Amino acid sequence: MTSAVDALAAGPVLGLPLPELWFALVFALLGTFLFLDGFDFGAGAIFATLSDDEGREAVLSAIGPFWDGNEVWLVVFGGALFAAFPSVYAGLFSRHYLLMFGILGALILRGLAPEMYEQRHDARWQQWWGRSFVAGSVLAPFLLGAFAGNWLVGSPRSLTLVGVVTGVAVTALTVVSGAAFLRLKARDALPETVTEIGVAAVAAYLLAVVATLGVLATRLPAGVDALLSPPVIALVAASVGLGAGYAVALRRGASLVALAAAGGLTYGLIAVVGLLMYPRIDPATGATVGEAVVSTLPLNLMSIGAALLLPLVVAYFAVLYSAFSGPITAEEAY
Amino acid sequence: MPERAAALRRDRDGGARRSDAPLQSHNDMIDPVLASRFQFALTTIVHIIFPVMSMGLAPFLIYFTWRDVRGGDPVYEQLRRFWTKVFAISFVVGTVTGIVLEFEFGTNFAAFSTTAGELFGGPLAVEGMMAFMLEATFLGIFVFGRERVSDRLYLVSSLAVGVGTWLSAVWILIANSWMQMPRGYELVSENGDEVVHLVDPLAAYLTPRFGYMYVHMQNAAVESVALFMAAVSAFYVYRHHVRGEETEHIAFWHKTLKIALVALLITAPLQVLQGDLYARHVYETQPQKFAAMEAVWDTEAYVPEYIFAIPTDLSQFTDPRAKELFGIGIPGGASWLASGGDATAEIRGLNTFEAAAPPVAVVFWSFRAMVGMGFWFILLAFWGGYRWYTGELFEDGLLHKALMASGLLGFVAVELGWVVTEVGRQPWVIQGVLKTSEGVSPGLTGAEALITLAGFVGVYAGILALYVYVVSRVIRDGPPSVRELRSTAERDAAPTEVPGDD
Repeated sequence: MTSAVDALAAGPVLGLPLPELWFALVFALLGTFLFLDGFDFGAGAIFATLSDDEGREAVLSAIGPFWDGNEVWLVVFGGALFAAFPSVYAGLFSRHYLLMFGILGALILRGLAPEMYEQRHDARWQQWWGRSFVAGSVLAPFLLGAFAGNWLVGSPRSLTLVGVVTGVAVTALTVVSGAAFLRLKARDALPETVTEIGVAAVAAYLLAVVATLGVLATRLPAGVDALLSPPVIALVAASVGLGAGYAVALRRGASLVALAAAGGLTYGLIAVVGLLMYPRIDPATGATVGEAVVSTLPLNLMSIGAALLLPLVVAYFAVLYSAFSGPITAEEAY
Repeated sequence: MPERAAALRRDRDGGARRSDAPLQSHNDMIDPVLASRFQFALTTIVHIIFPVMSMGLAPFLIYFTWRDVRGGDPVYEQLRRFWTKVFAISFVVGTVTGIVLEFEFGTNFAAFSTTAGELFGGPLAVEGMMAFMLEATFLGIFVFGRERVSDRLYLVSSLAVGVGTWLSAVWILIANSWMQMPRGYELVSENGDEVVHLVDPLAAYLTPRFGYMYVHMQNAAVESVALFMAAVSAFYVYRHHVRGEETEHIAFWHKTLKIALVALLITAPLQVLQGDLYARHVYETQPQKFAAMEAVWDTEAYVPEYIFAIPTDLSQFTDPRAKELFGIGIPGGASWLASGGDATAEIRGLNTFEAAAPPVAVVFWSFRAMVGMGFWFILLAFWGGYRWYTGELFEDGLLHKALMASGLLGFVAVELGWVVTEVGRQPWVIQGVLKTSEGVSPGLTGAEALITLAGFVGVYAGILALYVYVVSRVIRDGPPSVRELRSTAERDAAPTEVPGDD
C-alpha cells in the first residue's frame, strides 16, 4: 500500500498535465450546470409570460424530473474547485460573499417553488409560488453570470459593470435554452410565442456578448489583444453561427437541434471565459493554475476518482433523460 | 469580554492566510467570527433534519417498492406512494439547504478551506459525483417515472436513490471524522502559511472515528424515521380504535405502525449499545470533549455518571460540575463508561488542557438529554413490542399517546448528538490543528456576516414552517385510497387512465 501511495505522490498519473485538465474540468462542470439547469431557469423565465393554468402546469411538469439532478452540477463544480484549487475556491467565495448568498437565495426560491406550487390549488398560493419560481429562475443565472464576470477580471467588488453585462448575457442564454427545451417537451400545451421568445433571447444574448466583450476590452490586463486571439475570435464567430442556426431550427420546429445549438452557445461562452483567464485561475491575486493547484498525491487521487465517476454520472443522466424522452403527456402532472 | 474579543481578533489576523483584503475596520457591529459560527450552526442544524428524513426513509422505501413491484398486497403501493411524498419534499428542501453548507466553507471559512482544502475538498467533490448525482437523477424516475419505466428499472431507481443518500453520508462523515481525529497529513509552510498536505490517504480518510460516526448517524436516521412513522400511525390508530372514530385506510396505518415498531425494536437498542462504544472511543481520542460531556474540570478518578442530574440552582445549570450536581449518579459510572469497565479509571479534567474549554453546559446537558431519549426509545420499542405480542397493540391508548409525543424526539436527539460532537470539539475546527476562530474568512466584515445571518434566520424559519406545513398536509390527507390504485392487471390494460404520482 505504501508503495502505491509513494507512486501516486511521485508524479502525475500517466504523465498527464493534470493542473490544466482540472482547470478545464472546472469550467466544463460550470458550463454543464449553466446548460442543464440553464434550460430549467429559462423555463422559469418563460413561465412568467404564461397566464393559463395548462401552460404553467406544463412548464413545471417539463422540468419536474430533471431540475434537481441538473442543479447538482453546481455542487460538483464547487466541490471540484474546492478539491483541486482550494485557495481559489476560498478566495473567490469569500471575496464575493453577498453575491454567493444571493445565488443561494435565488436557488432556494427556484427549488422550493415547483414542489410547493402543486401543494395547494388556490390562486393566491400558486400566484406567490409562481413569483418565487420566476424570481429565482431569473436571478440565479444573472448572479452566476456576474460571479463569472467578476472572477474573470479579478474584481475585488461584486457589483461591477462587467458583472452586470455578463449576468445579462447568461440570463438571456438560459432563456434561449429554456425556449428550445419547452418546445421539445411541451409543444402542445404552450403558445407559439415561446418560439418568438427564444428567437428574441438569442438576439439579446449575442448583443449582450458584444457588450461584454466591449467592457472586457477595457478591464482585462491584456486588453484588446486577449480578445483578438484566434481561438476567441473563432468561438465568437461560431456563437453567431450557432445563434442563427438556433433561430432557424426553432422556427422550423427542430427543437432538439435548437437545444443542441443552445448547448453549443453555453459551452462556447464558458470556453471564452476559460481561454481569457488561462494561465491564471484567480486573476484577483494573480495566482496561476500551477501555483493554486493542490499537491500531486491528492490531485492524482481526485483524477482517478473523477475518471471513474464522471462516466457513471453521464450514464445516470442518460437513463433519466431517456426515461422521460419525448413530450410530456397530459397525465403527468407535477 | 473585550479581552476575549481581542484574542479572537488576534486569532483571526493570525489566520489571515494569503489574504490581500484590506484591514478590517474594528468598529464592526458584530464580530464576523461569532456571526459566522452562529450562521454555520444555524444552517447545519436546520439542514440535518432533511437528510435524516431522507436517509431514514430510504430503507423503508426500498422495501415498499420491492413489495409493491412484486405484486400482491396493495397496501405496499399505498405505503410507497405515501412515504415517497414525504421523501420528495424532504429531498428538495435538503438540496437547497445543503448547497448552502458547501458554499459556506468558502464564504465564511476561507482560511479553513485554504488550510485544509487539499485534504478536505476531495471528499466533498467525491460526495457530489458519487452520491448526490446518483440520488438526484434517479429521484426523478422514482418520483415521476412509475408509469414510464419497467418494474425492474423502477426498483433499481429506488435502490439508487437509497444507496445515494447513504453514500452521501459516507463522504460527509469521512470529511467530518478527519476533523475530529486528524491523521495522515503533515503541516507544510507555503508562503509563510501553514497548510495541510495529504500524506497517507488511507489513514486520513479511514479513521476509526468514521466507523463509529457512520453507524451512529445512519442508525439514528432510521430510528428517528421509525419514531416518526410510529407517531403518525399511532395518531390514526388511536382515533379509530380508542376514540372509536371511523378512520379511512385503517389497515394502512396498522401496517405502518407494525413496520415502524419492527424498525424501532432493531435500531433503539443498537443505538444505545453502539453509542456506548462510541463514547469510549471519544474518551480515548478526544479527551477534552469527553471531559466536557461529563463536566469534569479537575482530573479525577471514580467519576460518577449522572443519569438524571437536577440542577438545584441556576449556576449548576449554566456551569455544571461533576460531583457537585444533585441527581441520581452511579458511583464511578463515568469512569466505568470511559474505560470500559473500570470504575476507578481517571478522567482528565478540562483544567489540564491548554486550549480553552468548550461551552461545558451545552455539551453536558445535550449529552444527557440525548442519552436519556435513547433509553426512552428502547422502552417505547419494548412496550410496543409487548403489546403487539399480547394482541393489544391497537388498544393501548397510553402507548399511542407516548408514541405520538415521541414522534419528533428522534430528530431532537440527532440534533443534540451533533451539538455534543461539534460544540464539544471547540475551540478546534480541526482537533489540535486549527482553531475555529482562525478558520474564518479574513476579509469578511461584521456587516456582511450580520446581513446573511439575519437573512438565514428569516429564510430558514420560513423554510421550516413550510416543511412542517406541507408534511402535515400530506399526513392529514392520508394515503391514496385503494380505489385510485391499480392492480397489475389494470395497469397493463389501461396505462393512461392512471394518475401519476403527485
